[in-house]
Amino acid sequence: MKAAGVLTAIALALALQTSLARFLIGGTAALDLVLVVVVYVALTSGPVTGMLAGSAAGLVQDALSSGTLGIGGLAKAIVGFGAGVIGQQFIVTAAFPRFVMFIAATLVHSALFMGMYVLLGLKEFPSPWAAVLSQAIGNAVVGIVAFAIVESLPGVMERRRFRRSSR
Amino acid sequence: MAVIDIRRRTGYLFLAVVVGHVILISMQVTTRRGVPMLQEVIFGVFSEVQRGANGIATGVRTSWQNYFALQQVQEENERLKQQLSTLQIRLQRERSLAQQSESLQKLLELKTGSELSTTAANVIAGGASPEFRTITIDKGTGEGVRADMAVISPAGIVGRVIQPSRRAAKIQLLIDRNAAAGALVERTRAQGVVVGTGVDQLRMDYVSGSAEVKPGDTVVTSGIDGIYPKGFVIGQIQSVRRGAGQYSSIVIQPAVDFSALEAVLIVLTPPSPAEPAGRGKDQDH
Repeated sequence: MKAAGVLTAIALALALQTSLARFLIGGTAALDLVLVVVVYVALTSGPVTGMLAGSAAGLVQDALSSGTLGIGGLAKAIVGFGAGVIGQQFIVTAAFPRFVMFIAATLVHSALFMGMYVLLGLKEFPSPWAAVLSQAIGNAVVGIVAFAIVESLPGVMERRRFRRSSR
Repeated sequence: MAVIDIRRRTGYLFLAVVVGHVILISMQVTTRRGVPMLQEVIFGVFSEVQRGANGIATGVRTSWQNYFALQQVQEENERLKQQLSTLQIRLQRERSLAQQSESLQKLLELKTGSELSTTAANVIAGGASPEFRTITIDKGTGEGVRADMAVISPAGIVGRVIQPSRRAAKIQLLIDRNAAAGALVERTRAQGVVVGTGVDQLRMDYVSGSAEVKPGDTVVTSGIDGIYPKGFVIGQIQSVRRGAGQYSSIVIQPAVDFSALEAVLIVLTPPSPAEPAGRGKDQDH
């Protein structure tokens, strides 16, 4: 995936997360669309791209939220790198492995993110299990749908071109 | 070629990124004065993007409504909503004043019953990260918005300004885990501190186990934190659990529907100097 494509995907995810989510799902959705994009980029483009995408996206997300700059960046960089390495070592092309991948990525991200805040004494997360689990499932569903849409696009274009040429 | 070489050294690159982030985090943790410049610049730039995205979304929505709904009815509806909001705000103030008049303290506090100066703002974005409960509004320092100003809605307290830029400001919602406000139970005047839980509920801490509180009681701001004006509705007590300890465990249902916020009011009037100014939990972060 080219750098411009990755940056566009991150920007779109951020815009969706901050702006459109408010209209579509009332602003209470436990989704991290940016993390979904990072994992997607890592699985399709490898660990280095996943790490750089995670780092950049996390930093912007940190700056836009009221958190400490770098904690989200580091968590997403590590998740992006890890997802990229797993994507290279194993075949993660079927829906179920991808679903598991998104769940695991969200759990690792939450552990790193919350862990760093707690270790530094900056924030407390009393009993976050339900929220983290719902976010993991939400992210996984969105990720699977995103994969399905992106992978079906070339076929759709091809069929449309074929229909036009056969008229 | 150099880029390709770096990309081949994945391990070194990973280490460099991790170290870079750790240094970045360390710098902020050790020097905790004000907002980092990078954060402010990114927020300032992206708030414009958010403003644009919100403008497009609002434009599309407005066009749809204007084309397919009855235009006049909608305008009247907007006007009535505006009127209702004003009346609800007034009602809250009247309720507060009525409660105070029932106690002897009212005599002392009559002189502080001044009008609140507010400015309306539209919500242009939700939180960028699900771990933080924040929103972005379309008013900033250019309109007189400053950090730690209270943000209210017709239903009650929304939160406080934590990071104003020139044309936008970030608001920490009261339900954020790091938010807190001085509060009291309207019926019995039992004092405590309302803190956010990260979900759509609040918790009231430091209420004595012997204080008379029950589900359904209204909780209002006490004004003791020096941020929120006194007497504004926070929510209603949902449950009270009297433990073995010194304090009761109280869960509050917020009066404000944080998932449907579209417009808010920023209180420009600083809290009265007559009220005791304290530091809430939220000011420590």
